[in-house]
Amino acid sequence: MGDKIRANGKYNFKRNRNLYLMMLPFLILFFTFNVLPVLSAIVLSFTNFNLLQMPVFVGLDNYRKLLLNDNIFITAVKNTFVIAVITGPIGYLLSFLMAWLINELPRKIRAILTIVFYAPSISGNVYLIFVIIFSGDPYGYLNAKLLDWGFIDKAILWLQDTRYMIPIVVIVSLWMSLGFGFLSFVAGLQTVDKTQYESAAIDGIRNRWQELWYITLPNMKPQLMFGAVMSITSSLGVGDITVALMGFPSTNYAAHTIVNHLNDYGSIRMEMGYASSVAVVLFAIMMLSNRLVQKFLKRVGT
Amino acid sequence: MAIIKLNQPSIGTQRQIVKKMNKPSNAFIRFFTDKRSARSVGGNIILVVCLALMAFLFLFPVIFMFNNAFKPLNELLKFPPDLFVKNPTLDNYYDLGAIYSNSLVPLSRYIFNTVFIVFVGTAGQIVFSSMAAYPLAKYDFFGSEFISKLIVMALMFSSAVTAVPNYIILSRLGLIDSYWAIILPAYSSTLGLYLMKNFMEQIPSSLIESASLDGANEFVTLWRVVMPMVKPAWITLFIISFQTMWGITGGTYIYKEELKPLSYTLLQIASSGIARQGVMAAVSIIMFLIPTVIFIFMQSNVMQTMTTSGMKD
Repeated sequence: MGDKIRANGKYNFKRNRNLYLMMLPFLILFFTFNVLPVLSAIVLSFTNFNLLQMPVFVGLDNYRKLLLNDNIFITAVKNTFVIAVITGPIGYLLSFLMAWLINELPRKIRAILTIVFYAPSISGNVYLIFVIIFSGDPYGYLNAKLLDWGFIDKAILWLQDTRYMIPIVVIVSLWMSLGFGFLSFVAGLQTVDKTQYESAAIDGIRNRWQELWYITLPNMKPQLMFGAVMSITSSLGVGDITVALMGFPSTNYAAHTIVNHLNDYGSIRMEMGYASSVAVVLFAIMMLSNRLVQKFLKRVGT
Repeated sequence: MAIIKLNQPSIGTQRQIVKKMNKPSNAFIRFFTDKRSARSVGGNIILVVCLALMAFLFLFPVIFMFNNAFKPLNELLKFPPDLFVKNPTLDNYYDLGAIYSNSLVPLSRYIFNTVFIVFVGTAGQIVFSSMAAYPLAKYDFFGSEFISKLIVMALMFSSAVTAVPNYIILSRLGLIDSYWAIILPAYSSTLGLYLMKNFMEQIPSSLIESASLDGANEFVTLWRVVMPMVKPAWITLFIISFQTMWGITGGTYIYKEELKPLSYTLLQIASSGIARQGVMAAVSIIMFLIPTVIFIFMQSNVMQTMTTSGMKD
């Protein structure tokens, strides 16, 4: 955006004093609770630290232990990847698809459907109803229905049986995946200039799919990128759902995720150095996925 | 690039104008019969069926929860269970009252905690992020580009990554076991700043300059001129922040029972399983309805702002 207020001069600190003053409160908080934590996580990951004694520098020991000797961490990485690889892209595409499908509907119906799809993300705790739906005794909704219809003859321990845990986490995550990204898609689609579609029809665009690829998507790149960041951080940061549904630790660590592992060492065992190395690995994975996705998104519509 | 001009009529008004120019028939009929740009009617029907199916899948757990909240005990433990309630009752809400009246800390205290955290948190976030967003959006000064880039990057600092050092920092500052352990980190959220900044960038500079009072400094200009113009942006931020703060349990930062928010106690009640499922649904309804009502009332504003929240490449 080139449209800035004609300046006091870039280096005129005296006249810009108020601008710096305005940003000061936020910057102090931002530095204290965002930048400093990330930097100190990196530093602490090279130490042993239990919050009581001073940190002791141990070099790469934490990473060596984490990547070579910690089987539970490897399980956590596998689980997180399986969940994120399914829920990240599908949740993202679903957000876009739903936004795109409701876009053409009359305004009131669109407003209602927006709330319907967004409802699961509105309150962070609604997903607890799945504890009842997937409850392991015969009174759990799913078990009761399956028993009643005769599909099974004894109740299934949905949340304790290692075979069902990951699929259930995926289902619940997908149910909650239409969040801020979805809202920004709905809004973004509204601003695509309608006349572009008409002129495109004359230029030989034949169907919905071509319209989507050549006109809609290129017009929505900023929202697509914003949505991608949101779905990467939420799909790789999965953890609350597993604790709420399967408890902590889950049977055989079958639903253990990187975030669960991080919380285990960070807030239960108080091994802050080790927990920080988990955080750094997670952060690196997020940044890397974001790089890849942004690179891919630049090619959309060409 | 998606740009909304501020003096442009709202989407609703635009639609009405378009409606008058086109065939003024019923919107729904027009949707099915619109032949513009080579779209098939068959495709539209498939679309509506798909949407109805998806809407059902998304609503099913919510409907189930709503009904559970009003089921008497014999319906909750009925086999096979029914989705819909037959004899609605407020028993679950009375039970909820009973659970809280037996607890060490009265329910009103939990409600006060949540209300305090949500409102102080939300108000502060709006004030601090607009104050920081304005200089970054409208001025070019030493460091502005660097800070802007850092903020885009910080969108990826997920709370999972910063949780451990945040705990250390908060404990060093002596803020563990206080409301501020939840509120201060929320103030530093870059999502809000990002939103405000993108919206403020859409205001033409000349408009601010001509509207600003003679000799008014930047604080006055922001308060009197800019903030009224970006009302949808801070309403959106209000909703997002409200929703986030409302859901925070603060489990790792607050140990004193009398300082814990409502959402924390919901998780505790829910963890006692099938026996209290009616009560759990009752609390879930409370937790769900309040942000939803706020969202519905503000939705038109949200839609306008979300448009500009995309990233610049």
